[in-house]
Amino acid sequence: MIGTGSATALFRRDMKLAFRRLGESLLPLFFLFTVIVLIPLGVGPGPTLLARMAPGMVWVAALLASLLALEHLFRPDLEDGTLEQWFVGEHSVYRRVLARLFSHWLITGLPVIVFSPLAAEMLHLPRHALGTLIVSLLIGTPALSLLGGLAAALTLSTRGASVLLSILIFPLIVPLVIFATGAVSMAADSLDPSAHLGLLAAFTILSLTLAPIGIAAALRMNLE
Amino acid sequence: MSPLLEARQLEFHRYGNPVFRPVDVALEAGRAIVLTGPNGVGKTTLLRLLAGILAPVSGTLRHNARVAFVGHLPAVKGDLTCRENLDYERRVGPPGIALAEALAQVGLAGLGSRPSRALSAGQKRRLGLARLLVRKTPIWLLDEPYASLDDAGCTGVDTLINRHLADGGGVVLATHQRHPRVEPGLLDNIVLEVGVVEESQ
Repeated sequence: MIGTGSATALFRRDMKLAFRRLGESLLPLFFLFTVIVLIPLGVGPGPTLLARMAPGMVWVAALLASLLALEHLFRPDLEDGTLEQWFVGEHSVYRRVLARLFSHWLITGLPVIVFSPLAAEMLHLPRHALGTLIVSLLIGTPALSLLGGLAAALTLSTRGASVLLSILIFPLIVPLVIFATGAVSMAADSLDPSAHLGLLAAFTILSLTLAPIGIAAALRMNLE
Repeated sequence: MSPLLEARQLEFHRYGNPVFRPVDVALEAGRAIVLTGPNGVGKTTLLRLLAGILAPVSGTLRHNARVAFVGHLPAVKGDLTCRENLDYERRVGPPGIALAEALAQVGLAGLGSRPSRALSAGQKRRLGLARLLVRKTPIWLLDEPYASLDDAGCTGVDTLINRHLADGGGVVLATHQRHPRVEPGLLDNIVLEVGVVEESQ
């Protein structure tokens, strides 16, 4: 009961902090639009080419948006001493980790999902594939936050962490992007994407089960 | 009655060496324990062990009540106001006294809507101590609570500690500047000794 209370309190505070730094919080959306506006300028506005590239582009934007915020996922809390407070007494660190990752997803994942129909339209993705794109983002982006969180926790007290972060997270995220973009491409070709989506869901469920435990352990290691 | 906090033969190693000799701590309600010892003997480490932040290499630790820890870092968010920081704290635990009352007790009355980023080091310290008041936590673990406080601030800390002890709480604090002005009968002292360092080679 108290554990839930502390996680809710943390979530409320994270949201308050995110709104106080609105410019930083809107960066993921800015990323999405940069990718979607600039790439057609680079490769030319041909609808067939763009439609083939659309799933990958939206997913890369989602990935970049998520990566961008990882550096600040736990570091400010380590520096101001609020992170060590997570471990004081019998409060559940696991729930606090989940609360923190949920706010990370709300800031980096959700905006991309909300604006993905607009992006799909601009990139000439066939309309009947839009549903699959949204479903793949809904299932897959939480895994980006979970795996990214694990890498961020592991590199918390390392100098030059951002390089290490990207190297650590890369092999974890490759299968995710392959399944997700595969599903959308199949839907665009009017094939059944459910196998790909199923694998994507399995991937997310696996990371939801294991990543928070790993994150909690890695965070504690950084407090020694 | 069982003690608020009970630790037996706590040990912690750093770089393979024990930091201090195994320690027993039993904190009774209404009593305070002062940890003393030279710099680097592990006062902060012991407090962090007692808080549960660090896991001991060996020994057992039992909390029979809620714990609050005030360390070197104030554990407040600079982007939030003093009031918002305390509001968060109040939501975490079973709520203690009102926010305005807590701010007044640590000498920050009227600064509730100031971003805590704009506070001085001493004022941040005071805000960190106010965290203790807005939650009901019988066990207080304080790491150098007098650091960067002026005379009035130090007296204020003594007042907070005395009131907490009178309410049936317990305090463990590490200090080397000044001992808390508490009824001597209520005060215990644990002197930490350096652990046996094994020379490698």
